[in-house]
Amino acid sequence: MDRFVWTSGLLEINETLVIQQRGVRIYDGEEKIKFDAGTLLLSTHRLIWRDQKNHECCMAILLSQIVFIEEQAAGIGKSAKIVVHLHPAPPNKEPGPFQSSKNSYIKLSFKEHGQIEFYRRLSEEMTQRRWENMPVSQSLQTNRGPQPGRIRAVGIVGIERKLEEKRKETDKNISEERGGIMSLTEVYCLVNRARGMELLSPEDLVNACKMLEALKLPLRLRVFDSGVMVIELQSHKEEEMVASALETVSEKGSLTSEEFAKLVGMSVLLAKERLLLAEKMGHLCRDDSVEGLRFYPNLFMTQS
Amino acid sequence: MAMSFEWPWQYRFPPFFTLQPNVDTRQKQLAAWCSLVLSFCRLHKQSSMTVMEAQESPLFNNVKLQRSKGHLFLLPDSSLKYLWRKAEGRQQTEGKLPVESIQIVLEELRKKGNLEWLDKSKSSFLIMWRRPEEWGKLIYQWVSRSGQNNSVFTLYELTNGEDTEDEEFHGLDEATLLRALQALQQEHKAEIITVSDGRGVKFF
Repeated sequence: MDRFVWTSGLLEINETLVIQQRGVRIYDGEEKIKFDAGTLLLSTHRLIWRDQKNHECCMAILLSQIVFIEEQAAGIGKSAKIVVHLHPAPPNKEPGPFQSSKNSYIKLSFKEHGQIEFYRRLSEEMTQRRWENMPVSQSLQTNRGPQPGRIRAVGIVGIERKLEEKRKETDKNISEERGGIMSLTEVYCLVNRARGMELLSPEDLVNACKMLEALKLPLRLRVFDSGVMVIELQSHKEEEMVASALETVSEKGSLTSEEFAKLVGMSVLLAKERLLLAEKMGHLCRDDSVEGLRFYPNLFMTQS
Repeated sequence: MAMSFEWPWQYRFPPFFTLQPNVDTRQKQLAAWCSLVLSFCRLHKQSSMTVMEAQESPLFNNVKLQRSKGHLFLLPDSSLKYLWRKAEGRQQTEGKLPVESIQIVLEELRKKGNLEWLDKSKSSFLIMWRRPEEWGKLIYQWVSRSGQNNSVFTLYELTNGEDTEDEEFHGLDEATLLRALQALQQEHKAEIITVSDGRGVKFF
């Protein structure tokens, strides 16, 4: 029982409620203690118990502290229970209802039923271990030590923080792996995969990207004539890429978007945009037939 | 069909058969098409054509066009030839200018004064490798040079007479000749008249 810490009961950013149940009593090992009627909440990160009569009395343990759980079926005059075996409390634990305890387990008694479903959900969370992928604030630190903190983000500050995260994520991808340019679809997938929770909607992403230059970030949103949107590094010069595209096409005589993409190591979408830009600039011309769309050096202009 | 016709390099360049979206490129392309049409018709002595004929003609169809693995070669004589290696297992595909694009080429020629539609439905046209005004000028120059102002000629005499054998307009088709004379008529340098067995012209 000494693993519990006092808490406000409010969920952190990235922490989601999974299930809650009224009428739960806590036992310290086999002993009944004063916490006899409360609401038990299961989140992606914690087990929280709030006293039904006194809402200020609220405590929690981290799911990461749970070693394993057992079910105890209901009997005559006995409610169904869940037994929760715990790791020892960390030395720097925040204050809670008990300073010490001789028991390494607690029991949760479901006086108003709901044990079966709660057990199922708790097992699921224990298996999935979602808390490992979703960092939360300082106050929920585990034995591993302090995690990087994040405050719930609202308003313009919220948008800026979102942009900052997004920028860090995309910066790394754009400069290292992508040749300085990424389509917005690729950005969308990467950012949301990284976030896991609180996904950005497509509109959020586009609006955030429109602000990139205004916020003096080293990225910019660019819209091609076709409507395809990309994020490029400010230092990226697509027009210069066009010159090298011309060289590549000239070497091979002619190329389709797919062939060019393969040669250069780009997505077909961005390869096509580059070839179209080269055509717009007059460096390439096209052959559009049943065989497909092929780009050639623009001999109309270079040959008199 | 004269076998000695020299196709221009564009004829073997696959993009020639696709109307180019880039405006500047298209301008060059269309200029090349106009030039090709006129020289083709001149050599083949074709003064009129239907759109159907045009579609089927080798003029707008290069049945031997190869699309891929093309390379540009600079020949010793400094001419550029677009040649290709035989693409492995690939069938030859033809280069065919679509009829909408043919219409655009014909319209260009009309704007330049080298083409005239012969019917309202635009199914056949007169093609003049020299504009009527240019022919008129040449004819009038000959007339003046040979001191034959105020003379009267039949149309036949002008294009088929002994006196004009060395002239460029010798053998000119009647439709084009008439338009050339009409141009002169506009300038009051000639008058088309009716003579006993057809039409003639008086020069001033």
